[in-house]
Amino acid sequence: MIDEILTIILDGAIYASWLFIVALGLTFVFGVLKILNIAHGGIYALGAYSTATLVPIFYSLGMPDQLVILTMLVSALAVAIVITPIMERGILRRFYGQDEVLIVLVTYAIYLVLEDVQKLIWGMNSLYVYEPRELLGALELGSLYYVGYDLALIGLAIFCGLLLWLVLNKTKSGKIVLAVIHNPEISGCMGVNINKVYLAAFFVGAFLAALAGSFTAPLISVQVGISVAVVIESFAVVIIGGLGSIPGAVIGALIIGMARAACVHKLPEAEIFIMYFCMAGMLIFRPKGLFQGTQARKI
Amino acid sequence: MPLKLLNNVIFQSIFLMSLLIVVGVFIPNWLVFVITKAIAYGLVGLGIITLMRGGLVSFGQGFVFGIGGYTAGLLGTQAGLTDAMLLLFISFLFTGFIGLIIAPLLARYRDIFFAMLSLACSMVLYGILIKIDAIGGSDGFVLPESTYFGISPSPEYADYILYVVSILMTGVVSILLRYYYNSTPGLIALAVRENELRVEYLGSSAFNVTVLNFTIAAGLGGMGGALNGIALGHIDPEFTYWTTSGEFVFISILAGYLSVPAVFLAALLLELVRSFSGRYFPDTWQLILGVFLILSIIFIPSGIGSFFKQFFDKFKNK
Repeated sequence: MIDEILTIILDGAIYASWLFIVALGLTFVFGVLKILNIAHGGIYALGAYSTATLVPIFYSLGMPDQLVILTMLVSALAVAIVITPIMERGILRRFYGQDEVLIVLVTYAIYLVLEDVQKLIWGMNSLYVYEPRELLGALELGSLYYVGYDLALIGLAIFCGLLLWLVLNKTKSGKIVLAVIHNPEISGCMGVNINKVYLAAFFVGAFLAALAGSFTAPLISVQVGISVAVVIESFAVVIIGGLGSIPGAVIGALIIGMARAACVHKLPEAEIFIMYFCMAGMLIFRPKGLFQGTQARKI
Repeated sequence: MPLKLLNNVIFQSIFLMSLLIVVGVFIPNWLVFVITKAIAYGLVGLGIITLMRGGLVSFGQGFVFGIGGYTAGLLGTQAGLTDAMLLLFISFLFTGFIGLIIAPLLARYRDIFFAMLSLACSMVLYGILIKIDAIGGSDGFVLPESTYFGISPSPEYADYILYVVSILMTGVVSILLRYYYNSTPGLIALAVRENELRVEYLGSSAFNVTVLNFTIAAGLGGMGGALNGIALGHIDPEFTYWTTSGEFVFISILAGYLSVPAVFLAALLLELVRSFSGRYFPDTWQLILGVFLILSIIFIPSGIGSFFKQFFDKFKNK
């Protein structure tokens, strides 16, 4: 019984942690740019693919094993560096200030393009990079065995969340971003280069998506279609937590992660739609999510 | 709506419908099929347009599309009902009824929250459908050949007859819808889009109008789903998937909310792009579709309907 509860909690926490990293990028981009980015899932998949490509190259060079983590970071960074100018500067910038739903549709179109780009570059075959997962060994908790790498993901998620929160709240550039979130027009009048802030925010969001992808790559088989589930699940997380809220993303990811883990162990048939029930249930009681402040109505 | 305008609409619709029916004889069979599918998608798009007039966009019309399709399919396989017109009509009523039940829940939400909650509805349905093995699970099932007034047409004419039936039924629906748009609740919807609070102050209920719009949109989506199922002869949970819903949103954004025929034109464009890229670039059709979406949103942001409106306004001024 205790074992089962512990399993559910740990499984849930591991699942919640990668979900949180994806959702963190999504919610941050929405907070700053007011864009709900469906293509976020596509960037996640690119991160996974680039890791699956770079890690074998890394091993063939015969470097010390521990540096593989660095390779994964670099692959995520590379994806963000390539994708940000194309998406933000090239396409999304034309739509700022327009209807939210129209922008969602634009990002949906970009998502479709990214899906095929993955197929064109990496083909239809599945790629595997299981090596990094063996790096940290296994942990014994009572009668349960956990892979150390999986547990380290929880640490990574906490680190990403804390870092972003600290940068936003405790540094000058973070405060500038908060000012832009609050009112881009006034911040612009005060001398803030809004375009730069938008570009940087999008870069951070894309990097987080790619990071989640590259650190999940060792856990899964990297193949066509991995982005679809991510899109919907991370949407559910940010809707539950309230769009644009970092604490909301934490709670949302935990709710979905735990609910899913509980389902997998207790009621596997419900696994597919448990998160929609969470999302719908939350919206019924808190229509704007958990951490969304009240807004004045326009008369 | 003034009688003269209504007469005009009826006249134009009948002209357009007869033109399409005559043209249908001369065009190749695959194009007849593509147009029928475009009509099915256009019906769903028309539903979203109805919602858009009230300022809402549903990202989950796959929900009603799927319910309509499965209604038609289950009636065909389980109850032996194969009359296409009857199936379309029953799907319309039944899905509209389902819409009426869930509308009060959804009508409280606006903007992106409405879009996301409707998306959640469609994905819950998707999750349920792929789990029920009795109706084929993720493979779906095959629909029986449809009949018309008890007669089952020979295979070479079946596509054309379905095409004619769908044009007739869609024509009637479009005329009724045009009439609804110019009725009091239809016009209140436009006011809700502009400023909901003022509508409430003036004594009308934005909530009721939204519920009504959602119900109509659901019925139309159901009819579209049934037509799509009958035209394909097969139905599967993909009908309710969020990417399907995304295509409906695209159709309505491409069309804009100003014109009814523009919706079908947009749906036809999407179908043509999809069939051509599917045929000539089978591995990259999503890429082509995506680029087409982005370009059309960049170059015609307010929709094809705005061209129509400009054209007719010029015409009237002369």
